[in-house]
Amino acid sequence: MENVDMENVVIAGSGPAGLTAAIYTARSGLNPLVLEGLVPGGQLIVSPEVEYYPGFPESISGMELMDRFRKQTEQFGARFKMEVIEKVKRVNDTFEVDTGTERIETGTLIIATGAEARRLDIPSESKFYGKGVSGCATCDGAFFRDKEILVVGGGNTAIQDAVFLTRFASKVTIVHRRDYFRAVPAEMEKAKSNPKIEWLIPWVVEEIIGDNTVTGAVLKNRETGETQQIPCSGIFVAIGHDPQSEAFKELVETDKNGFILVEAGSTRTSTPGVFACGDVCDPVYKQAVVAAGHGCMAAMDLEQYIYIQRRK
Amino acid sequence: MLNTNIKHIETEQEVKEVLESNENVMICCGRMGPMCVPVFGVMEDLEQIYQHVTFRDQDFDIPAADFIRNVPECASFMGLPFTVYFKNGKVVAATSSIQNKDQVMAILDREFGKQL
Repeated sequence: MENVDMENVVIAGSGPAGLTAAIYTARSGLNPLVLEGLVPGGQLIVSPEVEYYPGFPESISGMELMDRFRKQTEQFGARFKMEVIEKVKRVNDTFEVDTGTERIETGTLIIATGAEARRLDIPSESKFYGKGVSGCATCDGAFFRDKEILVVGGGNTAIQDAVFLTRFASKVTIVHRRDYFRAVPAEMEKAKSNPKIEWLIPWVVEEIIGDNTVTGAVLKNRETGETQQIPCSGIFVAIGHDPQSEAFKELVETDKNGFILVEAGSTRTSTPGVFACGDVCDPVYKQAVVAAGHGCMAAMDLEQYIYIQRRK
Repeated sequence: MLNTNIKHIETEQEVKEVLESNENVMICCGRMGPMCVPVFGVMEDLEQIYQHVTFRDQDFDIPAADFIRNVPECASFMGLPFTVYFKNGKVVAATSSIQNKDQVMAILDREFGKQL
């Protein structure tokens, strides 16, 4: 395993929180190293359309927005590596970051690993992933031209995906386990007025059926217990996200759901020198613009920490 | 247009040449999207380690991508990228959609032997 020189700042994650932290710390001359994680740009890049990010009145795709974040971050000289952190060990006042292929020493760490898409957690989901089951409407929507598909979920992502997928599919059925939706009213209105969209609530997917590809799904009504089998060629899953904090659980305190705990009004974690920002510590808002603001806070908290450390 | 550090395959002739002149080949056919970029990144990392394997990528939307799209093992694929592993010109494995480093390494180790 390769060892490298001591870093000032390692930023784990490359979504809005991580890249904003990188912009600020790079601008302050701290020469941050961004470990991008498995999906550079984070979960936002699968959003076909981001309508609420200030500064983009005409809306922008998540992919393009994160591309702009990245270019801005590079302009300030931040460095990038496509690595996923497996473990972090505290060694005196520094940290040893282990990516499995590399060990990186750093004086400070910003955790901005965000959240990962939740799976349905049924055995047939893995079997058909890439063969009808997908977590990315913008990536795979075109494979479902003139086909009937399901979108599972009731938040903004699910509803946006459903509307986006009507460009290709002959029918999109939204399957949601509750009788209310978390998606904002504007998104709901778009979906409700779309003649290609149908609704099944409160239903859940019990099983995915098919041979080589998906041909249908078994659904169960959560109120009555009734089951039904419906034909479909694709199932897009958008049922929320879980914080990606597993690698840091021995380093910082988390709540029972895995969200990293930070001091109120700051991004300081239970371990001095380690800061957390964005969706990995936000069980409430989960918005790109909040994550970006949080990333700025983490950078400023970190700069103050380094300033105090140097004065000691 | 792919923006990666992997050598791109742009014509069917290049596909044939790569398969004819290399024993172990991994080709990832996709776009610069969220499911494909991680696989390209994994390939960039592993290219240094698996020197007995030839790594190539290909834009899913160019005509030459028909070669990969039409591989029988990809017939049921409905998720980008399509990643195909060839040994002596024959398909030995194929995957659809995002794969992590461990998953790719497992196939490379199984089909082509462990890193040198």
